[in-house]
Amino acid sequence: MPTKIVVDCSTGIAEEIELTAEEVAELEASAAKAEADRIATEAEKAAKEAARADILKKLGLTEEEAAVLLG
Amino acid sequence: MPTTYKAIATVTVGAGGTSSIDFSAIPSTYTDLVLAISARTNKSGTSSDLYVQFNGVTTATYSFRRLYGDSGNAVSDSLTNNASGGFVGLADGSTATSSTFGNVSVYIPNYTGSNAKSWSADAVMENNATTLTYLGIYAGLWSGTNAITSISIKEYNGNNFVQYTTATLYGIKNS
Repeated sequence: MPTKIVVDCSTGIAEEIELTAEEVAELEASAAKAEADRIATEAEKAAKEAARADILKKLGLTEEEAAVLLG
Repeated sequence: MPTTYKAIATVTVGAGGTSSIDFSAIPSTYTDLVLAISARTNKSGTSSDLYVQFNGVTTATYSFRRLYGDSGNAVSDSLTNNASGGFVGLADGSTATSSTFGNVSVYIPNYTGSNAKSWSADAVMENNATTLTYLGIYAGLWSGTNAITSISIKEYNGNNFVQYTTATLYGIKNS
């Protein structure tokens, strides 16, 4: 069972405590959201790269020429 | 001369690892808080994102913007009204150079006030400069208006902190 370390700042005493079922569910939900965010971010990046490549093609520029132009 | 910057509590993770590092019963006698973290996780990959929760709140009350980058790229992104928590930095993941850790410093001003709470953070991964590494700066806002009495530190993908990860909470007084 996953655990957490809790330190009581009033005493300085740290305890290792097993997570409750709710806390485990929260961790799992967070992981699922993080994965969904990663997929969405990569999709957005791919779309931007495709749009950029399309514009360069229309302009007849290579990536290197675009880099020189844009500085 | 009074002590104006004092270590309140510190945690070092043991051999079994842990999913969360929590500071509870934070005294209200300081003006600001500083959280110093040195972390490594068992997340697959070279890096992992760290976030904090205040007072156990898991509702959509955390917003932040970060600017981070690696050896060749810089990225700026943000999350608004996130329920999981607020990003504060980066930790080395399981495939980063062995025995290296990400280092994070989080500044939380006016943590006992009755307004929304802000934080600023800077983070850098340690990687012996042989492979990809990240650094970043973060600015966030928690819309909770209660004084901060507890802080939880977690890894965004639900992975564990590994042994020798440390976190220290400091209190700062303005006089």
